[in-house]
Amino acid sequence: MKVDRGPRIALRTVALVYLGLLLVLPVGLILYRTFEDGIGAFWDQISTPASISAISLTLEIVAIVVPLNVVFGVFVALALVRGRFRGRGIVQAIVDLPFAVSPVIVGVSLILLWGTDGWFGGVADAGFQIIFSLPGMVLATIFVTLPFVVREVEPVLHEIGNEQEQAASTLGADRWQTFWRITLPSIRWGLAYGIVLTIARALGEFGAVSVVSAGASGESETLTLLVANRFEDLNLPGSYAAATVLMGFALVALILMSLFEYRSKRA
Amino acid sequence: MIAAENVEKHYGDFHALRDVSIEIPDGSLTALLGPSGSGKSTLLRVIAGLEVPDSGAVVISGEDVTHTSPQKRGIGFVFQHYAAFKHMTVRDNVAFGLKIRKRGKDEIARRVDELLEIVGLAGYQTRYPSQLSGGQRQRMALARALAVEPQVLLLDEPFGALDAKVREDLRTWLRRLHDDVHVTTVLVTHDQEEAMDVADRIAVMSEGRIEQVGSPRELYDTPQTEFVMSFLGPTATLRGEVVRPHDLVLSHEKIDDGVAVIIERVVHLGFEVRVELLDEAGERVTAQTTRGRAAELGLYPGQALFVRTARPDQIPAL
Amino acid sequence: MPRPATEVAGGDGPDGRTPADPSTPRPRARSRRRARADAGGVGPLGLGVATLWLSIIVLLPLAAVVAKSLDGGLPAFWEAITSPPATRALQLTLIVSIVVTVINAVMGTLIAWVLVRDEFRGKALVNALIDLPFALPTVVASIVLLTLIGQNSPVGLDLFATHWAIGIALLFVTLPFVVRSVQPVLLEVEKEAEEAAASLGAGNLTIFRLIILPALLPALVSGAGLAFARAVGEYGSVVLISGNTPRNQVASQYIFDRIETDRPAAAAAMSVTLLLITFAVLLLLRLFTWWRTRNEG
Repeated sequence: MKVDRGPRIALRTVALVYLGLLLVLPVGLILYRTFEDGIGAFWDQISTPASISAISLTLEIVAIVVPLNVVFGVFVALALVRGRFRGRGIVQAIVDLPFAVSPVIVGVSLILLWGTDGWFGGVADAGFQIIFSLPGMVLATIFVTLPFVVREVEPVLHEIGNEQEQAASTLGADRWQTFWRITLPSIRWGLAYGIVLTIARALGEFGAVSVVSAGASGESETLTLLVANRFEDLNLPGSYAAATVLMGFALVALILMSLFEYRSKRA
Repeated sequence: MIAAENVEKHYGDFHALRDVSIEIPDGSLTALLGPSGSGKSTLLRVIAGLEVPDSGAVVISGEDVTHTSPQKRGIGFVFQHYAAFKHMTVRDNVAFGLKIRKRGKDEIARRVDELLEIVGLAGYQTRYPSQLSGGQRQRMALARALAVEPQVLLLDEPFGALDAKVREDLRTWLRRLHDDVHVTTVLVTHDQEEAMDVADRIAVMSEGRIEQVGSPRELYDTPQTEFVMSFLGPTATLRGEVVRPHDLVLSHEKIDDGVAVIIERVVHLGFEVRVELLDEAGERVTAQTTRGRAAELGLYPGQALFVRTARPDQIPAL
Repeated sequence: MPRPATEVAGGDGPDGRTPADPSTPRPRARSRRRARADAGGVGPLGLGVATLWLSIIVLLPLAAVVAKSLDGGLPAFWEAITSPPATRALQLTLIVSIVVTVINAVMGTLIAWVLVRDEFRGKALVNALIDLPFALPTVVASIVLLTLIGQNSPVGLDLFATHWAIGIALLFVTLPFVVRSVQPVLLEVEKEAEEAAASLGAGNLTIFRLIILPALLPALVSGAGLAFARAVGEYGSVVLISGNTPRNQVASQYIFDRIETDRPAAAAAMSVTLLLITFAVLLLLRLFTWWRTRNEG
């Protein structure tokens, strides 16, 4: 389709204006609002005790969620790719499920399962509080980030096949040796990509966490909750500053993603 | 010696190996030859321990290894698609088995260099598999398999993914390597020329069974079944008898039970000349003769001739 | 140790090889044969652990929601989702999501076309920008949009707590779906087919309608369907911008509100309704893809 110069530029303009208004302008505006009183004001906003507590809680959740998702994600991916068992399709569907479930529903479902009146309410009665506490936020974050590692590792495992693993076993390597020396190094870029996606989503998760968090400032407030709470308390500069921190993380994630994608394509 | 005894293997409904028994003498280079789906690769993988037979046994050097995992069988396995460890250098690939066996650093380095010398990859130590050609990758895979000093070297269509010229070179090279190293070797191939060229013994397989085992010569000259006959070389059918085209003798006069034919086409293929004939019943027969003999007879299309079989005693009763 | 069932590699027999043309190697060793259980798989115990993990994290919570929604039987469920605030929320959610999906389909295709067929400086940057809504936390998206269309709007466009605001938030977060699913297909649409059509005298609109659009349709539908599924359940980007008044509350906000005010049955009923809508859309997409591939044989 040879589109003349005129219409082509018109289409381009429409696309760019749309993107500009929807994406660029708002993001630019918030950066402007964040830094309009100088970098010092921004720093003051993100170094309050509540901010520091929110940042460290968020990182704490990430630090718990990522290793769990990596271990089980690689495990599930291996089972799905290398295993031949009945119900594979069902397992596939379960892995995709978190993509299709609204974060709020995730939070509600966790309350109904682990809350005092829930099926597993006994755990809370025994003094181990899950809902409105850290374990609940961790469970919510694991739920929403569960597919990433599996879905990134699975195609790589498919592509490398199992001949290298078989070769290692004929050369005397046992299962662990084969996994550490052959399988893991082969999937490393796909896994890294999955980890970045997991981290990005875990940092930014809001709906699911807000349902199961007690939301107490300085205690059970993650960065995203801090953004929302400060906004509702009409502390706009504080809200913008926290949002900018999250945007910074998102930017790093975007850069790492394209880097890993490039590496995995080259490998 | 390696032996498979009454091995059975199914994949779902597919009967891959049917009561297969074979003995592979020490130091031999045996080819498992057969078409796709004949069970040759499955048999090799059963010997390697990559597949477990439904029943039957695998014995290596007098030891029943049927239920021993591949890593404890003392084998070297070479895959059709090399199975190169892509994230490792050539040196690390070859050293892999030695590192698993926790050999000393110096010993490993020495042994790797020695092996790379043997397979003609000296100087390639720090390359990655992606920087090698297919033939080089396969030689690296061979060095890797040989590094652990296996009792048996198992090769699964090792040249199948290479182009014709490289394949021929590697074949000759493998033969020489075997003469030097003398490790008992089993090679799976679907290419009869490759099997005849490299192996000192061939086991022809079809539909999960071993049809015949013997030297290349035996199999070619005295095939025991029609399948072996047709798989090992071209055949021609004259009056219901299956013979090799070069065992058909052409003459101007009728000799013995010669059959009258008319030449349809003469194809000059260098030293060899293929003559396509039509007999009285209109059946096509292809004979093969030499350039000299063809000139002697002065063959041309439309010419009437007689054809007979040269060695009726060696043609199998079917 | 029991081994899982094996599978034959097609009709080719377990050799899985074709001798026909050795010069073109099999694309990759994707051995479909099940080798011994320990050659890289996780074994039956591992499978059990994996299943247990998925059950505790994903299945059991969702089962708890479904069970809760049916606590009072179907009539109670029906009553819960037909109450005026519930229907209002559901209606708003669906209408806005449909409008957003349609706009996405049009603008997404347009943007994909510009990214694939047009050349201009900074195209790579624009292309990278498309993923921004995926990378940006939803609540940040909310704040970001509020700076533009909130009470402090520099352009005097205060849409705070309106349906418009919800729509714009959803447009923001669902932008990548259509673009990213149409883009690769557009790259592969045969230029020859277009040129052939042009040589036969077809104008650009005709070419687009008869050649390009049919080729894009599966990807377009799939991208739009995913965008719709996302829009229906979206919470974070909407929550601050909608004002969260009962009049201007989407389904996920309604759920949040009910669970906060300790009415879990109502929250569960709406949750299950949303889940059913999402699954129905995803199922339709599956069927559509299946139908397309079957008809194109």
